[in-house]
Amino acid sequence: MIEAINQVLNGLQLGLVYALIALGYTMVYGIIRLINFAHGDVFMVGAFIAFISTVNWHLPFYIAVPLSMLICAALGVIIERLAYRPLRYAARIAALISAIGVSLLIEYGGSLKFVFGPNYRVVPQPFSVVQWDLSGISVSNIQVIVLVTVVILLAGLQYLVARTKTGKAMRAVSFDHDAARLMGINVDAIISYTFALGSALAAAGGVLYSVAYPQINPFMGIMPGLKAFTAAVLGGIGSIPGAMLGALIMGQVDVLSAAYISSQLRDAIAFTILILVLLVKPSGLLGKTGPEKV
Amino acid sequence: MILQVKDLNVAYGSILALHGVAFEVAEGEIVTLIGANGAGKSTSLRAISGLVRARSGQVMYHDADITRTPAHRIVQMGIGHVPEGRKIFANLTVAENLEMGAYARADRGSLQAAFDRVFKSFPRLKERLKQNAGTLSGGEQQMLAMGRALMSTPKLLLLDEPSMGLSPILVQEIFSIIQEINRQGTTVLLVEQNAYMALQVASRAYVLETGRIVLSGPAAELRENPRVRAAYLGQAV
Repeated sequence: MIEAINQVLNGLQLGLVYALIALGYTMVYGIIRLINFAHGDVFMVGAFIAFISTVNWHLPFYIAVPLSMLICAALGVIIERLAYRPLRYAARIAALISAIGVSLLIEYGGSLKFVFGPNYRVVPQPFSVVQWDLSGISVSNIQVIVLVTVVILLAGLQYLVARTKTGKAMRAVSFDHDAARLMGINVDAIISYTFALGSALAAAGGVLYSVAYPQINPFMGIMPGLKAFTAAVLGGIGSIPGAMLGALIMGQVDVLSAAYISSQLRDAIAFTILILVLLVKPSGLLGKTGPEKV
Repeated sequence: MILQVKDLNVAYGSILALHGVAFEVAEGEIVTLIGANGAGKSTSLRAISGLVRARSGQVMYHDADITRTPAHRIVQMGIGHVPEGRKIFANLTVAENLEMGAYARADRGSLQAAFDRVFKSFPRLKERLKQNAGTLSGGEQQMLAMGRALMSTPKLLLLDEPSMGLSPILVQEIFSIIQEINRQGTTVLLVEQNAYMALQVASRAYVLETGRIVLSGPAAELRENPRVRAAYLGQAV
């Protein structure tokens, strides 16, 4: 029983990181109906920038995190500007292929010796790990930091989207581009803003992930990216609460299937869920039902 | 002239939707474009507000050429557009829809005045402020779409089929509100399939057929025109 609680806590930690990535998928999909397959790689870049800025530039961790978020926000904006915007009015498959191209470019570009290098790097702990033992249930300060950071970021995002003028404009754009233009909303600027926001969250996810699982390489974004994508679909792609819910479920599925079924089957189980959702309820748990608006 | 459209050609892909359309609107007028489905009425409005790019021709607003101006800038210049099918943001509340209408306003100070003016024309919106716009009835959605466009205090208001899908009583109500908005100083360019109502409120009218203007003149004159009566007013000649 104690063991099970510990596993659930591990699953929660992983699910919270997935949530940070899944939000970017779902927000971008909500606003331009594109699955940004390069999103997992932005997550990887986020981890590397924090690594480089702490190890090579000796910056303190609390500066490395916002710096990494900022650089990745810019990266997200650049990706959209160069790879997706020119294809905005082309067939949707074109932007999707472009997204896969960007993903490969970042992964293999990152593997170059003068960029991040192809090797696994071990991330030094930014602070000493403390384990608390609460009558058998073990909780680490890393889990607490992950939880607190993610809750703060999600609350911030919730505030931005629900209360600010730009957040309302994001929702208006996601509903109808032309109607939003007629309000005087600069749709291109809102799309850039959405990419910046999603990419910054993915970067934060990358840093937290590399603290919790301290090994990074240029291909580390693929699997968490796909899991978070699955989470976004499970929750209902386009829905922000859906992405959070889906990510928490995926975190549990991942950890619990590794612990109690087979660690070799964990990915297979996760993606079986993706296939089942697409077959049985493509709109996801909290997604809008009915035909998709384009 | 507040608006002058000159020799406008608009194409969707290889299909030409407007062939050299030209018309003008003077300050303070209600002008209507009438015509059948697919005649190019909506396309004309979309070309004015920048939602579609003209292949050639010119749209002049006051003295400025706005043919290539991005849509969001055109709103800031004072042209409001209530699109076909209303396009209210169903996922936002009524209050948020109206706020979006004021998105382009530079003067946040007069925001309250804009709200008050909209509530005066559409008192029902005030009772529904917290409600999701998607839950409104058809008539209320039309009122919201018009109220939303008025939030930017436009000088020129483009209305695309405001009567669509509404009961005769609501159509009457909407048209009397259009006249009231006009009396308060907003110039109106009205696109309608309901030619009967449009010709009642407008001072001048243009008739569009398959992307070309085929008739124009004072609304009272067009009401008596046998061709218009047969084709658009459903009256035997």
